[in-house]
This record gives sequence, C-alpha cells and structure tokens, in this order.
Amino acid sequence: MATKLADIEDIYAIPLDKFNVAQPELWEAGVIEPYFDRLRKEAPVHYCAESQYGPYWSITKYNDIMEVEMNHKVFSSESSLGGITIDDPDSRGEGNDMEYPMFIAMDPPKHDAQRKTISPMFAPSHLALLADNIRARAGEIFDELPIGEEFDFVDRVSIELTTQMLAILFDFPWEDRRKLTRWSDVATGTPESGIVESWDQRTEELFECAEYFKKLWDERINEEPRKDLISMMAHADATKDMPYMEFLGNLILLIVGGNDTTRNSITGGVLALHEHPEEFAKLVADPSLIPNLASEIIRWQTPLAHMRRTALEDVEVGGKLIKAGDKVVMWYLSGNRDEEVIEDPYEFKVDRKGARRHLAFGFGVHRCVGNRLAEMQLQIVWEEILKRFSRVEVVGKPELIYSTFVRGFKTLPVILHK
Amino acid sequence: MPSITFIEHDGTKHVVEIDAGTTARDAAIDNDIPGIDGDCGGNCACATCHVFVADEWIDATGKAEPESNEAELLQFADDYKDNSRLACQIPVTDDLDGLVLHTPMGQH
Repeated sequence: MATKLADIEDIYAIPLDKFNVAQPELWEAGVIEPYFDRLRKEAPVHYCAESQYGPYWSITKYNDIMEVEMNHKVFSSESSLGGITIDDPDSRGEGNDMEYPMFIAMDPPKHDAQRKTISPMFAPSHLALLADNIRARAGEIFDELPIGEEFDFVDRVSIELTTQMLAILFDFPWEDRRKLTRWSDVATGTPESGIVESWDQRTEELFECAEYFKKLWDERINEEPRKDLISMMAHADATKDMPYMEFLGNLILLIVGGNDTTRNSITGGVLALHEHPEEFAKLVADPSLIPNLASEIIRWQTPLAHMRRTALEDVEVGGKLIKAGDKVVMWYLSGNRDEEVIEDPYEFKVDRKGARRHLAFGFGVHRCVGNRLAEMQLQIVWEEILKRFSRVEVVGKPELIYSTFVRGFKTLPVILHK
Repeated sequence: MPSITFIEHDGTKHVVEIDAGTTARDAAIDNDIPGIDGDCGGNCACATCHVFVADEWIDATGKAEPESNEAELLQFADDYKDNSRLACQIPVTDDLDGLVLHTPMGQH
C-alpha cells in the first residue's frame, strides 16, 4: 500500500496543531503510516484538540508507549473513564451510551482477579493440548479451497479459522459459530463503517449476544466445571456474580480478542508474503523460520492499532505535560514502525532478529492474554499452507476496514497455486 | 565469569557462562535456552522470562518484591509459585556463580 509522493507532501503541509491521525478514512484508504512517520519525527507526544472523538494525545514512539503501558496507576483503563478505545460511550448517543465493563477496561486489583479466571485457557500446557485440534480443522479448511480459482481469503480462511477457534474455546454450538463473527464485527463496528445501520441496531445485536450466552451460562453453571471460557467464568468467584453489563462486556472482550485480531493477522500475512516474494522464498527454503514469521506478521499487521488510557493525574511524557482527565492514545502501529527500536521497520523480514519485540500485544498487566495462542494459530496456518500450495497469489486490491482501532481487511481476493 | 544452570521442565540441563553485570534473562536469550522468550527486551513488562529459582538459591537471589512490577506481572504467569522470578530482574553477580534456575514448559 505505497503512498504517492504527493500525499507525503500534503501530510507535511498540515499545521501540527490541526494534525489528526484519528480519521478512519485514512485507515480505510491504507495511507496512515506516513502520518505517524511525521509525528514520530516532529511531535512524538502530540495533542490533537479537535477530532470526531474529542481531544486526545497521541503517543507514537515505542519507548514512550512502553512507559505509559507500565504506569497503570496513572494511566487508567477504567471503562467508566472511557475505557481502552479512542471513542467514548457517549459518542453513541442517548440510549446507546451504556458502558460495557470488561477486564481489559479495569485497573488492578479487579482486573487481575478476572483475568486470572480465564488465563489458564492460554497456558502453554493447555495450548499444547489444543494444537492438534486446531491443525486438523485448519487442514480441513485448506483442503476444501479451490485451486487456480479466485476466492476471498478473508471469508473462506481467516474468518472461518478464527471463528472455529473461538467456538472451541467457548464450547459454542458449532452450527451457530458465525454468530460469533457477527458479534465481533458489531462490537467494533459503527454506523459509518457500514457494519451496522445505526447505534440502536448495534445495541440490539449485542443484547442478542448476551441472551444467547446467558442460556449457555445457565446450563454450565449447573454442570461440573470444565475447560471452556463460559464454564470457567461461571464457576470462578471473581466472575460468577457479574452484573449483566459486565457479563456482556467480558464476552465482547473475549469474542473480539479472539476474532478480529488473529483474523487480520492471518490475512495480513498472506498479503505481506505476496508483496515480498523474496521473503516467501526464504520461508519455503527454511520452514523453521515459521515461528519467527508469526511474530513478524503480527508486528507488520498490528491488528489492533491502538489502546487508550485516561490520565488520573498530571504527568509528563516525552517532555509534554498531560493533564489529569486527558485521553491518551498509544498507537501501537506507530511504535511498531519506530526506527529507533525496530531496525528497518518498513522491511518485512521473515528472519528478523528479535521479532518478538513488537508492541502489538501491548505490555504490562494488560498484555494480550491470548498472545501465544495467536502465534500458534499463525504458525499452524503457514505450516499447513506450505504443505499444500506453492503460492498464495493476491489478485486484487484488498478492501480495508473503516476503523482507527481494528486494522484489517474486509476482503482479499486470492488464487491458490498447487 | 559466573555460570548459570538452566534446567528445562523435562530435566534437560544447560550450563552457560555470562558476564557479571548482565541479567539471567540475557543469559537465557543469548544462549537460546528453551522456555524463555524475553519479549520486552528485559524491561520487566511482559513476564515471558518466568523462571523458578532452585530452593538452595532463593536466599541469594531473593524473592520478587511485593507490589513491584515484577510481582504484579508474575501473578499472571502460568504455574506461578513462591520461588517464581522474572529472569530479567535477577542481576548476575559473582556471588551468584553456580545459580540454578528451572524453566517452565513455555511462557504466556
């Protein structure tokens, strides 16, 4: 997605006090990266006074982002203060401005107790037990794909794989699993994005999600505890008596966390390896690079572009004074392109040294709980692709998502070669 | 030059030598010790260099300070125990020559 030179000149002509990276149009057009290049150079901690999300600070450099991540006592994730995304609940208008408390949008100690309820699902020993099942299902998906014929990789592979994974983690009724995909899209969607017609519709669909899960919850709370995310929450002290909105909030968290993210990394990897045939050749020659590839894809794609915090007190970051109550946005995508920490950040290298040292999972207490599962899924995808196909050719322009939060793809047309 | 012995969850031993003044995390990463990832580069930000200190060494290394970043992150580590530490928070000195650390099956 190369940006034309003229665009770059335009970017540098914008007065810095009017500079606003939080415009979903720029993300949908795939031109956001050079905007961050300028901020990192000229105003790495930048205040934008006016945007559709209100005033906000941008943190754009890797080390500054790390500093904010590690200081959760000052930089709060609390949903009642606005939570972890740039948009505030009240932007959805009256009747749809309710909060959805979820543990990613809580501070310690409550966050800690709820996170610990579900984290055993993602422990290395448990992931090892899941691996064969994931591989078998990935294999089935790949075996059914047409050779030499155009299809949408997002729908047939990325969505199907991540949705199946999520259905396994929830032990969700298999035939209804695409509901999970829909609820994930709805949760991060807006009327402007085209995913929902109105905020009312979004609220309505999220409550349908809650009602569906409530039935599963009520069944499982009366059964012996077992290792699915619903049962784990239904039987744990920290989560068994959650108020209704918190129940729904945590479900949304797990659905989005397991869906949008890996879906877009899977697709992003296909595009990156298509655009870098020399790197794909390296991979074919040495498949032991696959674990490294997974980390590099996650850095390259950065499927969640930002996380937001709210300052609880006046605090200085990068020489700028952030005031108590200010909205602070850590742009992971920008941090993952920071040349001071990531060598040749605009090069996609399957054999990158220190590939795991990216920001896409966040750092500190909120670091992605499913990070090792995400890596495992990506590894399995590429192992199974290399077994079957000589090349995944991208044959048209990808359609990108209208969002400053989810950085990903609506469609990616491909042809598989034997 | 102090030496550290890393023992994997399956019992495999790795004896490595490193310069005093670095950390046990650096020793693991520089020598590709299985089970240690060290994603954040040694900044006590990710808890992917979780190790178990051998009983006879826990007095020498000390335990994670209560309420520290280290303790806060360790509580999310798989199989967190009383002798759990983040290797990036164990500076290696000549006094720790011979230190024995057990590595978990994996990090998360």
